[in-house]
Amino acid sequence: MNSFSIQSQNLSKFFGRRLIFKDINFTWKDNGIFGISGPNGSGKSTLVKIIAGLIAPTSGKIIHKNSDGEIIPEKLHNHIGFVSPYLVLYEEFSAWENLKIFAKIRGVPFNKEKVLYYLSQFLLDNRKDDLVKTYSSGMKQRLKFAFALMHSPDVLIFDEPTSNLDEEGKKVVYKIILEEGKNRIVIVASNEMKDLELCQEVLFLEKYK
Amino acid sequence: MIAKAYALFKKDFSSELRTRYAINSLAMFIIVAISVILFSIGNETINESLTGGLFWVVIFFTAMSGLARAFVSEEERGTTLTLQLIASPSTVFSGKLIFNLILVFCMNLVISLLYSALFENFIVQNFSLFLLTFILGNIGLAVASTIIAAIIAKAGAKGTLYPVLSFPILLPLILTCVQLTLFSFDGTSFEEAQFELAIVVGYDVIMFTASYMLFDFIWKD
Repeated sequence: MNSFSIQSQNLSKFFGRRLIFKDINFTWKDNGIFGISGPNGSGKSTLVKIIAGLIAPTSGKIIHKNSDGEIIPEKLHNHIGFVSPYLVLYEEFSAWENLKIFAKIRGVPFNKEKVLYYLSQFLLDNRKDDLVKTYSSGMKQRLKFAFALMHSPDVLIFDEPTSNLDEEGKKVVYKIILEEGKNRIVIVASNEMKDLELCQEVLFLEKYK
Repeated sequence: MIAKAYALFKKDFSSELRTRYAINSLAMFIIVAISVILFSIGNETINESLTGGLFWVVIFFTAMSGLARAFVSEEERGTTLTLQLIASPSTVFSGKLIFNLILVFCMNLVISLLYSALFENFIVQNFSLFLLTFILGNIGLAVASTIIAAIIAKAGAKGTLYPVLSFPILLPLILTCVQLTLFSFDGTSFEEAQFELAIVVGYDVIMFTASYMLFDFIWKD
């Protein structure tokens, strides 16, 4: 079992004078599927970006801890797997090249068997050598899951995980979320009821205005 | 960290070979700028100081046309977030700096070769001083251009902002490099050029240190 925790302490975010959310407190530990929900513009994507260390909160803080103690921001990226509609992979490279490049830049070994497994799970194994620019939006979305999972992160953050996916793609994603939720923290930010039904705990952002 | 930065550089290099994002604009700018200078002087022979000055003017504006690409291309393609998810800020800065350093060295080597072939008064008497100026100047240019590119990448009017922001930052470097280039044309010794060399070394060290310290704040939103 994963020994990892994410703790939010009085987290608030303003864009200029506009309040997005304030005083969010939670502690998510070890494993499980946790949801973030709210209407459009409520700050779901902003919150997941703060959790992933991509943007800074206006006040409060997020503490990531593993068995060795608090994780410094400089090293946080290797503990996070992230999928979102606004994530863009390099279109001039193939799926295989993208994943290989990411492993090298992360400084982790490129595990061919594991990458092939995820590509086959997301039905991309026969198109792995095609340039990403030739992919449909659904295929690009599925490739992002391989990108998020390939380095075995402690936390998986899925922002609108089923956007652009067909029914078959959604089924695979739900299976992965349920499987991964047993061993690590999975955060799902979505408005889709089906996505949120997988979660053991859901944070409704409209309560934090 | 070096291996990760090298992997990022290799990614940028492969990407550049496939997209020709910076190389084409740099090559076109060098050809156009030197052609305009040659057409405007016609049959006249320009003196050494003007040749040295124009040499660095071409270098400055060529750098302005291509070096911002390191970060602007990531921002325009929407891959900045991907990069933030796979690398620490120091790795990103180092990888982009290696790419810009190599680009600057190649670009300025071509400019130097074209100048020596096309301009009569581009005659270097103290070659080692010229080489040292070339190396130190290129390092300063690459470091400053990389951090400025990171600053302007998120702005709306990138094309205008880059030269405007670069000018005051690069001015001390360019002026000193022009002076050192003229010294190398005159055959001035290292001892006599010590003060100017110290300025360029100081500039490089300050820019390098400040860039590494600031990049974390620039990179994170």
